[in-house]
Amino acid sequence: MGKIFCKPVSLSDQATHYCPGCTHGVIHRLVAEVIDELGVRGRTVGIAPVGCAVLAYNYFTFDFQEAAHGRAPAMATGIKRVRPDLIVFTYQGDGDLASIGMSEIIHAANRGEKFTTVFVNNAVYGMTGGQMAPTTMPNQRTTTSPFGRNVEEVGMPIKVAELISALETPAFISRQSVIKPKYVVRAKKAIKRAFQYQIEKRCFSLVEVVSTCPTNWGMTPVEAVQWAEDVMHPYYQLGDKKSPDPIKDKED
Amino acid sequence: MGKILMKGNEAIGEAAIRAGCLNYFAYPITPQSEVAEYLARRMPEAGGVFLQGESEVAVSYMIFGASGCGERAFTTSSSPGISLMAEGMSYIAGGECPAVFVNIMRGGPGLGGILPSQADYLQATKGAGHGDYRMLVLAPASVQEAVEMVMTAFPLAEKYRNPVMILGDGLIGQMMEPVEFPDHLKTEPSNKDDWATNGMDTRKSDRRNLVKSLYLDPELLNSHNLKLKAKYDRMKREEIRYETYHTESDYRVLIVSYGTMSRVCRTAIDELRSQRLDVAMVRPKTVFPFPEQAVLVASEKESCEQVISIEMSMGQMVEDVERSVRGKRQVHWFGKCGGEVPTPEEVIDAIKALVK
Amino acid sequence: MQSEVMFAGFGGQGILLSGKILAEAAMDKGMEVAWVPSYGPEMRGGTAYCTVVISDRPIGSPIIRNPMHLVAMNRPSLEKFAGVIKPGGVILINTSLIPISSGRKDVDEVQIQVTDIAKTLGSVRAANIVALGAFVARSKIIEFDILENAVRNEFKKKKEFISLNLAALQEGKKAAQA
Repeated sequence: MGKIFCKPVSLSDQATHYCPGCTHGVIHRLVAEVIDELGVRGRTVGIAPVGCAVLAYNYFTFDFQEAAHGRAPAMATGIKRVRPDLIVFTYQGDGDLASIGMSEIIHAANRGEKFTTVFVNNAVYGMTGGQMAPTTMPNQRTTTSPFGRNVEEVGMPIKVAELISALETPAFISRQSVIKPKYVVRAKKAIKRAFQYQIEKRCFSLVEVVSTCPTNWGMTPVEAVQWAEDVMHPYYQLGDKKSPDPIKDKED
Repeated sequence: MGKILMKGNEAIGEAAIRAGCLNYFAYPITPQSEVAEYLARRMPEAGGVFLQGESEVAVSYMIFGASGCGERAFTTSSSPGISLMAEGMSYIAGGECPAVFVNIMRGGPGLGGILPSQADYLQATKGAGHGDYRMLVLAPASVQEAVEMVMTAFPLAEKYRNPVMILGDGLIGQMMEPVEFPDHLKTEPSNKDDWATNGMDTRKSDRRNLVKSLYLDPELLNSHNLKLKAKYDRMKREEIRYETYHTESDYRVLIVSYGTMSRVCRTAIDELRSQRLDVAMVRPKTVFPFPEQAVLVASEKESCEQVISIEMSMGQMVEDVERSVRGKRQVHWFGKCGGEVPTPEEVIDAIKALVK
Repeated sequence: MQSEVMFAGFGGQGILLSGKILAEAAMDKGMEVAWVPSYGPEMRGGTAYCTVVISDRPIGSPIIRNPMHLVAMNRPSLEKFAGVIKPGGVILINTSLIPISSGRKDVDEVQIQVTDIAKTLGSVRAANIVALGAFVARSKIIEFDILENAVRNEFKKKKEFISLNLAALQEGKKAAQA
């Protein structure tokens, strides 16, 4: 009997630095599996953000560049414009993409840059120690919203997938989750589609992934999964928000 | 090929193409928008990439991305835009990628004005962004020299895997002068397979490449910085460029001046010499590395009584001049920074006031 | 030998272009040249000017406080710059739009109805070229046939304008020699 399960070639052997219960590891694996399955590892360039995933390059086995906070989409634009044959993705968190890098992601999406963004939304700044993010939920306590996010003062959390879907330029925009196996299966499908659209030179693609951060949420991993499902999922509705390919959408 | 009358900004764009750089990302700002306007038409014709980015911040990372994957890339901007790009410059230097930035300086601080200035001297020469890094900074004094410096900048950036800046003032960008594009300055990009993220398939290798500036281990960061320092020290040994004017005979005053300002000084020196007041000049063509030794030697001449830094800024280069002269002569400053280029007559008055 | 010409007038009068054509002509002759514009918001409808420096050796300062010659296409230009022109230089005044003289006795003042001449040629937009022809004929800063060649080159992509502009040069020359 042959081997039926193994580590993707695109994933390195190094143990990650992520906290117990963090879902970055799951999302890394999904990206690695997709790149293996599509057979593009030899021409892939990943772009690491600033945030917990800043060291993502240690866990993948293909070329990587590291961007400054929020600038990954501009860097991806630079690569993709001069080397359209390379497969480029940015891997960004919510502080990076939705706060300091909002301008870069909106404009890259609006230009229809043919790269893929994996956007990890865990409703908090992780690396810097649990500060409020643009995606932090109403009343959620963080180190910079110690009494809970006051939407009167700082507004409602930003729904990135919906926001970018509002742009007229064709794109593939989807929101998925990885907090339970059933969601993981769907998330992988969406990530694969996102890369396929890029390979076909169709459009910009972004998959927002609802994720957990037990450490900075002050919860156990199990509590964190429950909280994400109870609080985040109703607000951050899962599903495809926009596709360049309406027929395919119906088949799915 | 004969000479063409060209505006500095357009000549800079053309020079990059002639040097073999076919990737340009930029954001419009006066007084250098003509580079983007020129390349918006010319780049597609040359089979290259032209993209107007959403901000100077984004542009500096487009350059970083393109350069990181092994392709030549450059941008142009003016002072306020350069401040925004300074973040990217720091990352590019830290990530050890080649890149060329052109700053057609205008007056500051803040929005300042749009007329010629040299007020970004310290920003350019001491590291515009954060951290321990330097850029090689070339300062042209004519449109022809701007062309040659742009063409030289790409191989230099690749030699050091570091950003190179062309530091011109508004006049260099706006003025038209006859130019020739020398064929011999066209260079092939150096082999980047050992560091660029050009894809493992491209370089037929199983070893992946990583472009990054993060070194969380203090010892690693220290040795990374020592490696960068060694590059900057090598620039000081190998890349200093300057020109002297009338330093072979005796002179009472030594001028240090660069860019457009140095041309005004040249005219002033001619006039002063015809009035029997001997003045000489050292013109740095690289302002980093600064021609310290040349300034020191010229200032040590027995006949030389005083040294004056003449610049379109409020006393910035004078700090490097003072450092070079090592207290052996009195060092003065003369300049203006409102956008009006000092006239030869004003320079003459400033020199005469010194030797009274 | 160095000589400088300042072209000045309203934005839209083709001031920068006449300066450029003169610079091209001088370059074609093998001279060193620099064309230095005024730039910025003042170009939009306000006063526009440029200075052309022509020399037989490398040009030092491109910034000229006292140019040798002035071509003034409108009144504000004449009022602003008449006083800075070097003694012995040419001041060309477009009398179609300028009812005053320079007030200088030490210069060669040429009064020409530049705009009216251009109108009789069928295009008021050729006024800058009429002025250029008149100025070159009077100052002899460069040979006229080299100037004509430079005009042909300038309009080589819009051939229909060549004959109009060559005629404009000639009419300017005639007026300057009258």
